Amino acid sequence: MIRLITLIISILGVSIGSANADPKKIGFIYIGPPGDHGWTYMHDVGRQYMESQLGDAVTSTYIENVPENADAVRAIRKLAASGHDLIFTTSFNYMDQTLEVANEFPDVKFEHATGYKRAPNVSTYSARFYEGRTISGHIAGHLTKTNTIGYIASFPIPEVVRGINAFYLAASKVNPDIKIKIIWAFTWYDPGKEADAANTLINQGADILVQHTDTYAPCQAAEKAGVLAFGQASNQEEFCPNAHLTAIEDIWGPYYAQRAKAVVDGTWAEKDTWDGMAEGMVVMSPYNSKLMPTDLIQEAVAMEVAIKDGTLHPFTGPIYDQSGELRVAEGEVADDFMMATMDWYVQGIDGELPQ
Amino acid sequence: MNIDILFGVIQIILIATTPLVFAAIGELVTEKTGVLNLGVEGMMLVGAVSAFVTLVITGSYILAFLVSILSGILMSGLFAYLVLILMSNQVATGLALTIFGIGLSSMIGKKYIGTPITGLNPYFFVILSFIIVFFVSYFFYKTKLGLIFRAVGESHDSSHALGYSVIKIRLLGILFGGSMCALAGSYMSICYAPMWQENMTAGRGWIALALVVFATWKPGRILIGAYIFGGVSILQMNLQAWGLNFPGQFFNMAPYLATMIVLIIISSNRIRIKLSAPASLTIPFFKGR
Repeated sequence: MIRLITLIISILGVSIGSANADPKKIGFIYIGPPGDHGWTYMHDVGRQYMESQLGDAVTSTYIENVPENADAVRAIRKLAASGHDLIFTTSFNYMDQTLEVANEFPDVKFEHATGYKRAPNVSTYSARFYEGRTISGHIAGHLTKTNTIGYIASFPIPEVVRGINAFYLAASKVNPDIKIKIIWAFTWYDPGKEADAANTLINQGADILVQHTDTYAPCQAAEKAGVLAFGQASNQEEFCPNAHLTAIEDIWGPYYAQRAKAVVDGTWAEKDTWDGMAEGMVVMSPYNSKLMPTDLIQEAVAMEVAIKDGTLHPFTGPIYDQSGELRVAEGEVADDFMMATMDWYVQGIDGELPQ
Repeated sequence: MNIDILFGVIQIILIATTPLVFAAIGELVTEKTGVLNLGVEGMMLVGAVSAFVTLVITGSYILAFLVSILSGILMSGLFAYLVLILMSNQVATGLALTIFGIGLSSMIGKKYIGTPITGLNPYFFVILSFIIVFFVSYFFYKTKLGLIFRAVGESHDSSHALGYSVIKIRLLGILFGGSMCALAGSYMSICYAPMWQENMTAGRGWIALALVVFATWKPGRILIGAYIFGGVSILQMNLQAWGLNFPGQFFNMAPYLATMIVLIIISSNRIRIKLSAPASLTIPFFKGR
């Protein structure tokens, strides 16, 4: 009995002790497992970077494999109810669920990735991945021999559509004959299905694969079939060294550290962040010199510089949509609203965008 | 469309459908003996991770598949102990086995995520899946032991009265199911998408369960059901790549719809008899009665 009491006191002592230090609790909701070596993996790398930067000022937890449905409400609420001060929800379709829980917990701060709905305690943040797609498109336009690119898309949301458009605009600029074949997998994460889609595209003559799903299965399929591919979200070269041209890496760490610091300092305020290459949120993996000629690598690097200093914008007019309507006039660039709500294919892409 | 593309499409369909065939034929044998094991997804995941980890450690493909099958036997053995000896509810125990399998496989595989391996040629397993279906069909309808297995699934009391060991036969059915699910899992992590990723079976266990119902518990029809499902999902990808619009969302919904159908059929007695389900399915056997 005495032992039990001592135990209880010691546990209380520990919890009081940690309460005095008062680290802020930062929570993360992940769509997949941190080991996907893609989207979720990079968020987890960001989380770890945040912890390393802020040290004892924060502790963090995450819940993985949270589906984008009503279950997300439970997961987010669980974090909010267990004393978390700041919660990052890291997938587009957590949007309404995040707002629902944020409404119940006005003192907890929320950050929703890639969405557009905000509230006094809900910020949104995203990265301008399309800047990387432009460079991928340029490379693909030069390297394809069959003039056929296979694109594995996930869900028809603006972020994915924008990526396809940015890629195609750049690719068709250097190679007007290029065709882009798109498969909508309707999943972010299913290695088997991603491999099926990759093999189907290769079978239909694609010699370069682009993916907007989360695992390295397509890159592996490309390696096996002897065609080329772009990695997704993180550098996937070790899984497909003879196929991997480059990858668009998502660098979340500095943003997470900055936002967590704001909570620690009490200066957090609702805002919308959409950073790209200039801010270091989007980074290209090292270009594969075995697969790309030197002058093409130099062109890609020059494009990075131009995107960073603003002289190159992926959506520079004239841009027509599939029906031939002029969406962006000559000499103008698409504004953020147009890009954030993009639900149309640019002219030249075959097929209908699923709704 | 030239002949090479057609040949390629067929190859992709064969590769994609094989794990469904393995898992479904295993579950069919389990259900034929009167036991419903909803733990298919969990057993597949544990099978997938144990094969992958064994391959990374030992470098031996044969050992990888053996360890994987052993893991399937252990997982289904645990299930058998709970439902046959302790008479726990089969539906609840099977669901628990899936949840357990998801967690266990994630835990075992944590260190091995993202370890690159060389994938194995899948065609041996494609052929093996056809052979196993043929063998199961032959066993149930052409051998005496197969008849006894079916009898246990139809009426365990009569079988018991005739002197057959209901528990032993059900145990064999469950263990065979577990081995096949593990084989399906190891095929996924070593041939189909050679990698280990948490939850990488992505619902295929549930599709396999639905296929058993679709096949109305006839082994040959497993092949038909699996290839309809696999074929349609690959064909819709081809249609998309040709620029034709096709509702891919439907295929995301299919496993859940299929699971609902399984549950509806199991809870409705009359339809179940019509569909020739084993009459003792999910009913525990009490020896003393």
